[in-house]
Amino acid sequence: MARAELTALLNPRLAVRKRIGAVAYVIFIAAILLGLAGLAALLLRVLWQGAPWLSLHFLTDYPSRFPEQAGMKSAIFGTIWIMGLTGLFTVPVGVGAAVYLEEYAPKNWFTRIIEVNISNLAGVPSIVYGLLGLAVFVQLLAMGRTVIAGALTMSLLVMPIVIIASREAIRAVPSTYREASYGLGATKFQTVKDVVLPHALPGIMTGTILAMSRAIGEAAPMIAISALVFLTFIPTDPLDEFSVMPIQIYNWVSQPRPEFRGIAAAGIIVLLVVLLSMNAVAIYIRNRTQKRSEE
Amino acid sequence: MTTTEATATDTTLSVTNLDMYYGPFRALRDINLDVARNSVTALIGPSGSGKSTLLRCFNRMNDLIPGARIEGQVLFNGEDIYHPSIDPTEIRLRVGMVFQKPNPFPKSIYDNVAFGLRINGFKGNMDEAVERSLRRAALWDEVKDRLKASGLTLSGGQQQRLCIARAVAVQPDVILMDEPASALDPISTLAIEDLMRELSREYTIIVVTHNMQQAARVSDWTAFMTMGEDRAGYLVEVGGTHQIFTNPRDQRTEGYITGRFG
Amino acid sequence: MDTTTRDGFAAPMGQRRPAMQLSRNRRRGALQGRIVHWLFFACAAMSVITTFGIVASLLSQSLGFFREIPIWDFLFGATWSPILRDAEGNRHYGVLPLVSGTLLVATIAAAVAVPAGLAIAIYLSEYAPDKVRRTIKPVLEVLAGIPTVVYGYFALTFVTPLLQSLPVPYLQENLLVFNALSAGLVMGLMIVPMVSSLSEDAMVAVPRSLRNAAYALGGTRLEVSIRIVVPAAFSGIIASFILAFSRAIGETMLVTLAAGATPRLTFNPVESIQAMTAFIVQLALGETPHGSLEYNTIFAVGLLLFFFTLGMNVLGHFLVRRFREEY
Repeated sequence: MARAELTALLNPRLAVRKRIGAVAYVIFIAAILLGLAGLAALLLRVLWQGAPWLSLHFLTDYPSRFPEQAGMKSAIFGTIWIMGLTGLFTVPVGVGAAVYLEEYAPKNWFTRIIEVNISNLAGVPSIVYGLLGLAVFVQLLAMGRTVIAGALTMSLLVMPIVIIASREAIRAVPSTYREASYGLGATKFQTVKDVVLPHALPGIMTGTILAMSRAIGEAAPMIAISALVFLTFIPTDPLDEFSVMPIQIYNWVSQPRPEFRGIAAAGIIVLLVVLLSMNAVAIYIRNRTQKRSEE
Repeated sequence: MTTTEATATDTTLSVTNLDMYYGPFRALRDINLDVARNSVTALIGPSGSGKSTLLRCFNRMNDLIPGARIEGQVLFNGEDIYHPSIDPTEIRLRVGMVFQKPNPFPKSIYDNVAFGLRINGFKGNMDEAVERSLRRAALWDEVKDRLKASGLTLSGGQQQRLCIARAVAVQPDVILMDEPASALDPISTLAIEDLMRELSREYTIIVVTHNMQQAARVSDWTAFMTMGEDRAGYLVEVGGTHQIFTNPRDQRTEGYITGRFG
Repeated sequence: MDTTTRDGFAAPMGQRRPAMQLSRNRRRGALQGRIVHWLFFACAAMSVITTFGIVASLLSQSLGFFREIPIWDFLFGATWSPILRDAEGNRHYGVLPLVSGTLLVATIAAAVAVPAGLAIAIYLSEYAPDKVRRTIKPVLEVLAGIPTVVYGYFALTFVTPLLQSLPVPYLQENLLVFNALSAGLVMGLMIVPMVSSLSEDAMVAVPRSLRNAAYALGGTRLEVSIRIVVPAAFSGIIASFILAFSRAIGETMLVTLAAGATPRLTFNPVESIQAMTAFIVQLALGETPHGSLEYNTIFAVGLLLFFFTLGMNVLGHFLVRRFREEY
């Protein structure tokens, strides 16, 4: 068959294909706009409904049956307690696990199991952690529905995030630094402590903040632990009962009186402001270290 | 810089006063070149002299790089391929390309060859077209029993011939080859070179190569490029391959060729 | 080797470094190193212990449940009424209505998030200029960081009334205050960034050379994206769907707030249903005595939920790994 005949069998229809391409492009942009519009609708809705209820007393008052007097003081303090203890438990263990996996772990089946296990734990639904906490901390170890049980549960929940982020940060430390340290006669532990961890610190901090911002919004596991949603005192020690901000919000949303929807929205604003500031700090740390390593 | 010998025959591609920029950086300066139909033209020259960049001007692959633009003219069968009314897609259909590293799609051998035909609405017998292309790339006998196997299961040399089959399937006028054998072993390299000679009876082939022996073996015409002080590549000399290798007019060409041969 | 001459100088007698002390230091260092090693190991082993704890606590409490309720009745029973008795005074422990409720909401979510997430991924990976990409990505990822209780609020107080006000007679008449539809739609919004960012990662990893080959054959941008990049990234893209679906199944507060507490074996999205997670919350909120059948029920449902999501996550991670090995 001659070349010309073969070429004649092609029917590129470029105009049609370009038009299909243009339609697809519009669809792609529409998908992005859909996502952005969803986000915008959510934020505007929250602001619009919640802003009128925001006031100083909202932060300093206890929950109340009367919408005008309702505040989230106990929830805020509960959240502070839970976050503080969660950080205390999670960071050392999570960083330790990351150090082990990156610097110490032999390449064997057990290490492999730990790694697979961590990535699977990250996908376990948070309510299942709540059940774990309920069975082990609240019941088996008889801690009761206390701050400490909640914080331990939350630690297990966010541990995989800290481990994964810390591993990445540790892996990013150039191996020449380690070699230099060993070359000076440092032991493995000294190398980890004085060379690897300081260099990985910004990455670890970023990961920790992100883990905490996940924890601060988690309601499901805390409901399984605390059950209580109406507290008019703040926890003073780890063995007190507690509520947290998302539980308080959940409680308000599920109230039948419409005023409480506004209060819920006000609570959401507080929660989101805290969350966004945490994320801003994380991004700030990341950008600063990126700039430093580029210099 | 004129191309006296090349213009004597029928030209497929004709480049006039071509400058090419990546953003503010000028990568090519004042290129003038005519490419003869149904022949092999080799682009030689040191690294960074813009050979691949020039090659990619012929099928507008540079359009895919943000900030890339050209000044001057590239005529393909007398038509300006950078004219605003021309779709780069159409140019690429008629000016095929084979890349430095074999890059078969992670699809079957058959689907690799059929890809270009399918997207371009081929109405003929697909099996025949695939077989014809694979025969033309001297690959048919080796793969005819496993057309459904992934293209990635082939050896490096076979993969490159598959890429050539893929390129010839859509019946382009020109095939651009960017160091097509540099990632291959010597035996596969010879196979590719034989193939280029064979294909040049029907196709216009432009090949970028670092290998002087290869340029001398396969090409009819040779263009020597080098790099100026401003790091912009430019064309030094174009001529019949025999002439360029035995009797270069320009000092720089001679220096490069003797250096590379010695 | 004699340590005193190691540096090539004969040290004066009085300043000679005693060999014993050095080796004792070494031994102390070695002991310290071993302790540290085990401490770090213990940290890593915590994760295995956590998994063990999850399985053990779910299993042990569920055992109490399955002693009273045959596992067959639980898995395949079509009526779920563990608290309220029916007219004959019986309770029912067939989990299918909870499973169908969960799957209904997750399927609606997937119907939103899969096409939207994939379209966004294709745009970000194949079309968007670098600057646009770096702006849009973090904004979309805000969606993934918003607490789910907020989504529950949004679905219940905004999306449901919005759907009821649409000029669709069927919705106006039939859409309940608590319904699977709005929970599913909002959940779709929530998991869009998960689909888009994982799919985009997979697509960005497709070698540039494949795109070049397809463009050189006269492919348009769309054809290169759909016929080369998407198939080449296929296992990674499928993994993103699976992981996002698993996330939707395990999601709790959104379905608790917006989808209702009416276990019902239905696939009609305008109806009120109850998801597995929502049931767990419902009982956890009440005063359920430890060791009672109700208390054990939530662990049985939790166990089922755990296996559901575990299976999907294992599959998803397997696909991601396989994908990474391809290039």
